[in-house]
Amino acid sequence: MKNNLVTLAVGGTLIAAALQSCKPQNTSNVVTGNAAVKSYVAPGKYDEVYNFVSGGFSGQMSVYGLPSGRLFRVIPVFSVDPEKGWGYSEETKPMLNTSHGMVPWDDLHHVQLSKTNGDADGRWVFGNANNTPRVARISLKTFRTEEIIELPNSAGNHSSPFLTENTEYVVAGTRFSVPPDDVNGDVPINSYKQNFKGYLSFISVGKEDGKMDVAFQLECPGVNFDLSRAGKGKSHGWFFFSCYNTEQANTLLEVNASQKDKDFIMAVNWKKAEEYIKAGKGRKVPAKYAHNVYSDVTHSATSEIKNEVTVLNVKDFPDVCYMIPCPKSPHGCDVDPTGEYIVGSGKLAALIPVFSFDKIQKAIAAKTFDGAYDGLPIIKYEAALHGEVKKPGLGPLHTEFDAKGNAYTSFFVSSEVVKWNIKELKVVDRVPTFYSVGHLCVVEGDSKNPTGKYLIAYNKITKDRYLPTGPELSQSAQLFDISGDKMEMILDFPTIGEPHYAQAVLAEKIQKNQVKIFKIDENKHPYATKGEAESKVVREGNKVHVYMTCVRSHFAPDNIEGIKMGDEVYFHITNLEQDWDVPHGFAVKGATNAELLIMPGETQTLKWTPDKVGISPIYCTDFCSALHQEMQGYVRVSPAGSNVPLEWSLGTNQPKADGAAAK
Amino acid sequence: MKNNISILSRILLIISAGLLVYSVYVPIWQIDLDAPQYPEGLNLKIFADKLGGDVEIINGLNHYIGMKTLHAEDFIEFSILTYIIFFYALFAVVTAALGKKKILYSLFTLFVLFGIIAMVDFWRWEYNYGHDLDPHAAIIVPGMAYQPPLIGFKQLLNFGAYSIPDTGGWMFIGSGVLMLIAVIKEVKFSKK
Repeated sequence: MKNNLVTLAVGGTLIAAALQSCKPQNTSNVVTGNAAVKSYVAPGKYDEVYNFVSGGFSGQMSVYGLPSGRLFRVIPVFSVDPEKGWGYSEETKPMLNTSHGMVPWDDLHHVQLSKTNGDADGRWVFGNANNTPRVARISLKTFRTEEIIELPNSAGNHSSPFLTENTEYVVAGTRFSVPPDDVNGDVPINSYKQNFKGYLSFISVGKEDGKMDVAFQLECPGVNFDLSRAGKGKSHGWFFFSCYNTEQANTLLEVNASQKDKDFIMAVNWKKAEEYIKAGKGRKVPAKYAHNVYSDVTHSATSEIKNEVTVLNVKDFPDVCYMIPCPKSPHGCDVDPTGEYIVGSGKLAALIPVFSFDKIQKAIAAKTFDGAYDGLPIIKYEAALHGEVKKPGLGPLHTEFDAKGNAYTSFFVSSEVVKWNIKELKVVDRVPTFYSVGHLCVVEGDSKNPTGKYLIAYNKITKDRYLPTGPELSQSAQLFDISGDKMEMILDFPTIGEPHYAQAVLAEKIQKNQVKIFKIDENKHPYATKGEAESKVVREGNKVHVYMTCVRSHFAPDNIEGIKMGDEVYFHITNLEQDWDVPHGFAVKGATNAELLIMPGETQTLKWTPDKVGISPIYCTDFCSALHQEMQGYVRVSPAGSNVPLEWSLGTNQPKADGAAAK
Repeated sequence: MKNNISILSRILLIISAGLLVYSVYVPIWQIDLDAPQYPEGLNLKIFADKLGGDVEIINGLNHYIGMKTLHAEDFIEFSILTYIIFFYALFAVVTAALGKKKILYSLFTLFVLFGIIAMVDFWRWEYNYGHDLDPHAAIIVPGMAYQPPLIGFKQLLNFGAYSIPDTGGWMFIGSGVLMLIAVIKEVKFSKK
């Protein structure tokens, strides 16, 4: 009897425990004991890894340290940023210029670090503007955007900015197919099948200076291009683009573009395309797109509108593009470190197809085709397939890799990260994410030699993760230690904007290259003032140029008289400091164009159109020294036609104060 | 023969001349400054003929306490020091060549004298900079002067200042020590 009772009690407990384990997990039962130790970076110590995170709809890129999850910087890229004067100073305004004029806010989805021999080299990071199609190159010496190029014939630059293994090209595939720019686009929307085309842009990147140029565009069938990856190692020379809406629907895509069981991954032999372009097979097409470059020598940006682009219609060159069937509107198409395996991720699929580069090559050689799509050969699914990962989860989105032959795939619908073995196609571990992970990132996990012991999941839904902040919440990211057999969650941190893709790289590749100051002797800004003795105010008609310097803790000059209503005043401020971390700010009351922030050795310009007669104070907005609060001055604005002479000074009360004059 | 110096002493003198020549091309003295805001430290390097290191940054900071800015052209020392050092190097070589004890003793005496004068001059220089302050300076702490230590450590407001010989200074000292060894050896030898 007693034994029976014990059995009953034990059995009951086991059943209860079993039922409990069926309930969805939450962080309190996935975080292990030593998580805090693993993510703790003591005060004064550095993180191991830089994490470059896209800002999504914020249009910016943020920089975190891992494993601490500390935010270091938000780099302004495609949106104005008052914190850095980006898009406000006269020098930075041209960076946001497009063929449509100035676009102050765009949508940055993906980032990729420049590569040499398939590994991150720590020189630049690229980002894409999704809405008004552009690609940006950011210097990792200054953590500033150096160059932005617009893309003609494109709309919704989503499968971008992905790079070849030596940064020969950065690609940009259009999400929206649209009528090309050089034809009349005034066509019925439902003429999609006849008139809409999908363009893939290959932007060349200067080996030394990183300068970008649209080398050529491939005109492809009208579909939605989603993501892309370059081949590496043996597959170097090829690019893989995931395509959806191969139904070519132009309305209610959530239904109409989900009809086919399989869409495609398009394999592009870009070396072949390059040969055709070199042989003059491309056609020059009129276009209009902006190319913006920022110089650290003139401390100014220039924007040039380009008028022509070279296009290759892939239908006319049948050995450039091949279509590989891939289930259910694929998003990610990721290439493993060896370059042999291409992982497709169908957003609505319940399996992961893995394609083999060798098999694809064999199929092409043997013409194992299954018809054509809009003139492009379709490789037989089975002929390209290495195998399928069965029942990995629901809604695979994106895959990265470690150096041990494992892949890590994010699952949006089932809200988890799944680790699986590439060769054996077997799931080895899974962890929940909070909630609904989009992209994930393994440190250098897209390179030939992934170095990471960390994986970060960037989630799309936040809900109850942090203290609530009204209807709008920050996004949530989770950090996992993947050095062991089991993935271990060690940190949960909020992020800026809406991160899509992110990349992480060992800190040592970037840390040592930092620019600390700009040398004042090398400043070639046309309005630079290289010493207080050179400061002056120059009137040219109704334009007044103020050549002003700042150094702890004063502006020179700090008293200016003789400004009149109707004048346009340009404050060209040069920061004379030559020491790290001594920026100065500048603000003038009533300026509708905000403020400036000026780094040591740099010159920046604030345009101000006075709208009121009287005295307008100026001051330093960046706490620079013990006497920062003394760093101020006055500008006197007189009525139009007044005869107050143009005068400026520092340290003397000139002209004499009215009281003194009366004596 | 009794008045001539040994081969060893001659070699010591030649080495000592070499050290002196070399000391002109490397910093002779350094003043290291440390403050909470300057974890990387600031460094003033004093060469025989110029100032090096973070001179501009130190000048920028010193204006708060009304200290004069440092400019190499304000120091007569920088235009003559190199020649004086070269003179002693030449003197040592000549002594080695002639090999007379009396010349050796005069060389050593003059060299020590020069070392003392140089340190006195350096102290005077530090005293003037530390005490000749602009009465309109932003920061005036009653009774506070900012004379860096001649040698060693001293706290000056938020800065800790370390003043120590740099490579050239050590060579200079080494050169004096070599001369001293030669002098001791010759004195002992003549007593035998």
